[in-house]
Amino acid sequence: MASLKLSINGKSRSVEVNPEMPLLWVLRDVLGMTGTKFSCGRGLCGSCTVLLDGEAARSCVTAAEYAEGKKITTIEGLAENKKNPLLKAWIAEDVPQCGYCQPGQIMTAAALLQLNPRPADADIDAAMAMSPCRCGTYPRIRKAIKRASQAGPTVGQGGE
Amino acid sequence: MSTSTLSRRTFIKVASAAGGGLVLSFYLPGKESMFAGTSKDEAFAPNAWLRISGDGAITITVARSEMGQGVWTSLPMIVAEELEADWNAVSIYQADAHPSLYGSQSTGGSFSVRGSWMNLRNAGATAREMLISAAAQKWNVARTACKAKNGFVHHSTGKKLSYGELSAIAATLPIPHSVKLKDESAFSLLGKRIPKLDTPDKVYGKAVFGMDVRVPGMVFASIEKCPVFGGKVVSFDGTKTKALPGVVDVVQVDDGIAVVATSTWAAFRGREELSVSWDEGKWANQSSRDIRELFRESVKSKGNTENYAGDVDSAFTNAVTTLEAVYEAPFVAHQTMEPMNCIADVRPDRCEIWAPTQNPQAGQNEASRILGLPIDRVMVHVTLLGGGFGRRLNSDFIADAVKVSKAIGKPVSVVWTREDDTQHDWYRPMTYNVLRGGLDKNGVPVAWHHRVAGPSSRGLVVGGSTPPYAIPNFLVDSHIKDTGVPIGAWRSVGPSQNGWIVESFIDELAHTAGKDPLEFRRGLLTKSPRLKRTLEFAAEKAEWNKSLPKGVGRGIACVESFGSTCAQVAEVSVDRDGSLTIHRIVVAVDCGPVVNPDTIEAQIEGGIAFALSALLKDEITIEKGRVQQGSYDDYRMIRFDEMPKVEVHLVQSSEPIGGIGEPSVPPVAPAVCNAIFAATGIRIWRLPIRQGDLKKT
Ligand code: FES
Ligand code: FES
Repeated sequence: MASLKLSINGKSRSVEVNPEMPLLWVLRDVLGMTGTKFSCGRGLCGSCTVLLDGEAARSCVTAAEYAEGKKITTIEGLAENKKNPLLKAWIAEDVPQCGYCQPGQIMTAAALLQLNPRPADADIDAAMAMSPCRCGTYPRIRKAIKRASQAGPTVGQGGE
Repeated sequence: MSTSTLSRRTFIKVASAAGGGLVLSFYLPGKESMFAGTSKDEAFAPNAWLRISGDGAITITVARSEMGQGVWTSLPMIVAEELEADWNAVSIYQADAHPSLYGSQSTGGSFSVRGSWMNLRNAGATAREMLISAAAQKWNVARTACKAKNGFVHHSTGKKLSYGELSAIAATLPIPHSVKLKDESAFSLLGKRIPKLDTPDKVYGKAVFGMDVRVPGMVFASIEKCPVFGGKVVSFDGTKTKALPGVVDVVQVDDGIAVVATSTWAAFRGREELSVSWDEGKWANQSSRDIRELFRESVKSKGNTENYAGDVDSAFTNAVTTLEAVYEAPFVAHQTMEPMNCIADVRPDRCEIWAPTQNPQAGQNEASRILGLPIDRVMVHVTLLGGGFGRRLNSDFIADAVKVSKAIGKPVSVVWTREDDTQHDWYRPMTYNVLRGGLDKNGVPVAWHHRVAGPSSRGLVVGGSTPPYAIPNFLVDSHIKDTGVPIGAWRSVGPSQNGWIVESFIDELAHTAGKDPLEFRRGLLTKSPRLKRTLEFAAEKAEWNKSLPKGVGRGIACVESFGSTCAQVAEVSVDRDGSLTIHRIVVAVDCGPVVNPDTIEAQIEGGIAFALSALLKDEITIEKGRVQQGSYDDYRMIRFDEMPKVEVHLVQSSEPIGGIGEPSVPPVAPAVCNAIFAATGIRIWRLPIRQGDLKKT
């Protein structure tokens, strides 16, 4: 066990955990932040995606100790700002079906837009190709990313 | 307007309302009633409530699981339409499976909207009429001078009262004996694109799925099960596991070993250190090849007659041309992105369950059976479902949590790994099918014979195998064999594989007869005018007769399922190295009255993605009794960049309301396979399409 200081959505949180515990489970089972989802636990699907210093990371294969000292943004953090153009676009396009993969899809899209505020279709394909959605919301995900990209470059910003 | 007399089936009652307002309880038929015919009286116990509070808030509580199909929006839309409610005042809640006997709560068979259509309308109309009566009474005027609109009752003089203000008086009035339903042409909400009510929570990460529930004092667990179906624990050693940080306990729960821990991760890790010796049972050496061989042998003899017309044997004798083909479909898994999981809190005298289930009552029964508690001591809360597709009609994952909680005396969240989920599913059946067709001298089909061999469940194997075409002599016969592999409903069930077989083989017959596949079908759809119209609509929208660029092939298919008809035209090309590109899929669907076109389009796109995964990638294989696939790397679904363009066209229809979650699935595989044939001359007889299948030799 180790005492870790994590910066999550602009707040500092201290946790007593096995430093190898993946960030996903620290968020979900230790801190009760259940917006970040478990689906494979092996880095294969992106359901657990969070931002680490603004970049997409699969929290199921990211040891908690690795995240120490980095700025962690989760879906809850993004959602603190209801004006976030990406979330607004996602709602406007009514993207979710079952909704389970959606926080991961949104975080993956946020990382893309932060890097590339005006992605072409091929850029969107490349960024989203490794994030499966069993409900097949792909066409609407594409529309939402495009809609957000027209709204300005502030998408990766959570509440701070 | 049509008048609806409120029958026993409608069963609307004024319920008591804590906190005032008007509450009507009513009954929505479940999926079972489709199959069961007449149900027992208990089945009519209320399972839905409409409440209008003093502040004007309208809440609808239903026992229907939301798994992405949008029922939490479409069901209240139907009530709100008749109620003349202000849509912004409407919200919905999920009903629990609670001590008292509720009516059926299962969600499947694309049945939520179509099964509830009339009863929801009746409930809305009843409340509307009662609110009008309340206003007339308060103003002391004739009812006929009052009109309901947008959350108010208006009087001809211009005065108005809100539903909230009227709800308390309305609650004291008798239920009208009969109510007038709105004419469908007067609908103002139904047929509009209405954003789903649960979307914002899903976008903000606030939506609560099964494993998101938190119960005070709960622990986490995961269960190691025998990799072979039906295997049993002989002995186990949990010493190494117990020494791991975070592990609280290791307990046997009849068919597996549960690791109980302070986090899900610690429970998963603990499983890796377990040593278990299994009695793998009678299926320990079975492989998919053995199952295929079993099926292949069995189709050599006559099977159990499932459906027939005329005299197939003599029709084949007289046929001028005959054609035979073998179609093979593999086991496929559901792969919901939320793995199976459940939370249970078992106490000596009661049990509380939180589960992402399509069938809370089955879970309730299962828990009651395991615990020996009366059914009314088991309460099931239904959470959101991270995908259902038929998988969550089964209650195995609920049983897991109940058993672990019983063993440790604490509330526990039992989570399956992705691999558990893939390897312990209730699969779509693998089947082996021999198809024979006979044509007369004019190329008209006169005989059709489909002999199928498949596992365990007749209904799942045979469903959807009767062709919709007017072929005077046909026979479907079956061999059902036990393989030990659990079989279950998979989005669109029987038609999902039989639609592919029927629509591929009819295409083969059309080509053999030298006829256009569209015209060939049209000529044979004399008994199915609705399916014919849908087929023609798809062909028209896809410009069937327009020539295509060189190398592009076009295929068509049409299937009726779950009360709707769906036809699809696919355009594909195959390049030199055999890789397939699907350029577009044009879809026509007739699902009767359109509730929410936005949801319908989403469901159709989703169904197509689901079906394409099965067509292009999915196959569960078995070796030494074990499922060989585990996660997203070896059991893959179509990716973001592989999703073809989908164009959805809704048929203007006066047909009864049909389902929408499933009917878009069955035509996908045959439309694409028929297009592949048109482009390349290669016929796909075995799913999924494998690397190399499309390479010209
Ligand atoms: S759960 Fe992390 S990538 Fe699948
Ligand atoms: S919305 Fe259901 S898995 Fe993506």
